[in-house]
Amino acid sequence: MKDLNMLVTGVGGQGTILASDIIAEVGMRAGYDVKKSNVLGLAVRGGSVRSHVRWDPESVSAPMSSKGTVNYLISFEKLEAARNLSYLKQDGEVLVNNQEIPPVSVSAGDKAYPDINEIKKMTEKVARETYYFDGLATAEDLGSSRVLNVVILGAFSNFIDVDEKVWIDVISESVPPKFQELNKKAFQKGKKLVEGVDVE
Amino acid sequence: MKELLQGNEAIARGAYEAGIQVATGYPGTPSSEILKTIALKFNDSIYAEWSTNEKVAMDAAAGAAYSGKRTLVTTKQVGMNVMSDSLLYTVYTGAEAGLVIVTADDPGFFSTQNEQDNRWYGKLAKIPILEPQDSQEAKDFVVKGIELSEEFDTPVLVRTTMRTSHSKSVVELGERDNVDKSLDKFPRNQRKYVMTAQWAEKRHPIVEERLDEMREYATDSPLNFIDWGKKDIGIITSAVNYTYAKDVFPEASFLKLGMTYPLSEKLIKEFADEVERVLVIEELDPFLQETIQAMGIEVTGKEIFPKCGELLPDDIFEYIEGTDFEPQREIPQPRDQGEDDLPERSPVLCPGCPHRSSFHILAEMDIPVAGDIGCYNLGCLPPFNAQHTMGCMGASIGVLHGMSLGDLDEPAVATIGDSTFFHSGMPPLANMMHNHGDGTAIIMDNRTTAMTGHQDHPGITQTLGGEETEKIDIEEVVRAMGVEKVEVVDAFNVDEVREALKECNEYDGPAVLITEGECVQITSEKAQEAYEVNPEECIACGKCLDLGCPSIVKTDEEYKDTGRFKAGIDPVLCVGSICDVCRQVCPTGAIKAPNETEGE
Repeated sequence: MKDLNMLVTGVGGQGTILASDIIAEVGMRAGYDVKKSNVLGLAVRGGSVRSHVRWDPESVSAPMSSKGTVNYLISFEKLEAARNLSYLKQDGEVLVNNQEIPPVSVSAGDKAYPDINEIKKMTEKVARETYYFDGLATAEDLGSSRVLNVVILGAFSNFIDVDEKVWIDVISESVPPKFQELNKKAFQKGKKLVEGVDVE
Repeated sequence: MKELLQGNEAIARGAYEAGIQVATGYPGTPSSEILKTIALKFNDSIYAEWSTNEKVAMDAAAGAAYSGKRTLVTTKQVGMNVMSDSLLYTVYTGAEAGLVIVTADDPGFFSTQNEQDNRWYGKLAKIPILEPQDSQEAKDFVVKGIELSEEFDTPVLVRTTMRTSHSKSVVELGERDNVDKSLDKFPRNQRKYVMTAQWAEKRHPIVEERLDEMREYATDSPLNFIDWGKKDIGIITSAVNYTYAKDVFPEASFLKLGMTYPLSEKLIKEFADEVERVLVIEELDPFLQETIQAMGIEVTGKEIFPKCGELLPDDIFEYIEGTDFEPQREIPQPRDQGEDDLPERSPVLCPGCPHRSSFHILAEMDIPVAGDIGCYNLGCLPPFNAQHTMGCMGASIGVLHGMSLGDLDEPAVATIGDSTFFHSGMPPLANMMHNHGDGTAIIMDNRTTAMTGHQDHPGITQTLGGEETEKIDIEEVVRAMGVEKVEVVDAFNVDEVREALKECNEYDGPAVLITEGECVQITSEKAQEAYEVNPEECIACGKCLDLGCPSIVKTDEEYKDTGRFKAGIDPVLCVGSICDVCRQVCPTGAIKAPNETEGE
């Protein structure tokens, strides 16, 4: 076991907070000390959301990671991945859900949403590897865009050496009983989105 | 048993374990989850309510504590300004059972109009301040706060910041202390509880003596501890800043203060004498630093750290660079990745927000708007730019009154939400009536306290505890105050809002326009099928884009006559006919409800 810093980013309403809560809880049950800190800004939808999660086998001090120390940047949205790259550790890894949610400045036509190649160039400079996947399509295939967060957790679970049962238990306890089966499926589907990674 | 709790949830748990029986407050980020959690998890053992404002919450808490109930009051940092008049008398009176006030401060301006440092309130009031570093301490300090409050017969201030309130960490749970100090008969102890000058005069020396005793207590209290490390640098710090400092100086000696007022000179001297140099790490004002310097101890603090914003580990690394205080670990390389050039994601009114039509019209009329605290504050941003002052809760109507005294050559309006109107909007309206003011107050009634997470208020038929209650009708309230020109309109009907506002503006004297429309986040109506833009009819005039609705986008289809791009609607975000505002502002009828398109 070693200490791990994770940063979950996305746009308000995408389910990032629950995802980061689940990562924190999984860490605690896997025997780590954990801390978590959200930056939400105004409690209105559509803003950037950033949740830090830190796991340490001994003890976590600050609830948020310093820049240049994040092992895994898990982004629910492309632009938000680019926005948070300075937190990434040299050779850290990035998971990007290929969704594009234009801010109002873009949809109103005042600014341009960065081109995917531009984003790729930015991540390549720091990340050991960036994994892009279409989590939303997977969630919608299962019948609900609301399980996007669990699909992404499934993808992320490939990177961490924690028993799958812990993930499934925590996820099941975090969603209403009637959605448990759907979320279990979402986790498994998500797991298949990213393959052939080094496990820590 | 261990649980992963958010700071505010831990405070709620602390209230439970401390045997608190009554909890009051007014919602405000980052404090709102405390009472929400109490109502959700501990409804059986703690009575919790959203009071109409922080002062009322404090008065109610005082009455409960005088009656022998252990009591908790919660507020965000600026709510303390509203509460303070009442807090200050409880300092003199004390109570029959423990009384703890939680203030959640907001260094970093995440959701507040200023960065005031509420530790000064503890010093001003002469009451102890406890500052937790994480969720474990957040819980424990409420329990400790009640203990101290009863031991010294004083209210106790627990101060968090956004980071402690909104971070999660592991908490070891304890049992509830079921001591019940409830009284059957209210104490007839006027010398203690009636603060007229002749009796208050006798209480003041007690407050001063108590403070000296607590200073003594601070010397040996487990709330403050020394963690000896290398002795070249000794760091005095508190709260979450302790965890930040530990990340940067893992080998230093620490004096970690859980109780930041009053300070024990003996303890601080004992620490300072042992180390070569003392660094004080605290966010915002030099609150600890000034007191420690006044003891004749040499320290470094605000000479290198700023008084503005948070002081995260990244900031500490930045500010100690080039000073005598070398970091005790390798500085992680923060690499600028050009993020600053990326398009920002500023907050916006939600698709289907009932406030949108009003700001559309206010922008169109180009009249000055005195604003208030709530989601409608977003009316100050593009594309509306239709709010021209905003200071604090309930300021709008008073400012409007002052504007009318300014003999402006244009009509002026105030915008205020329903919850804010009950909080502190009624006295300025009464003032306007009494003093023959002029202007229109728009009360934007979205049937909830939306911005802070949808709490109840007196205009709603359910309490925090889930009980049914009679709602107070805003129209009846303003009519009872004597307002003759009152218009009540459907917030989603653009023409209706425009006409009513015009009439109000033309009226000579105070007028009130109530725009009714439920907050889209709580509406019982289901989101309806998204609207569509018929590109054949769209002339790319941009009127719909000026509504600042996240669901309206510019497409890449050009309108040939002007070369501008036509509008489109994001089918996932649009809530359809529960809003309808964009359809009403489209001059060519290009925006259509789904049934309209099918009909063609």
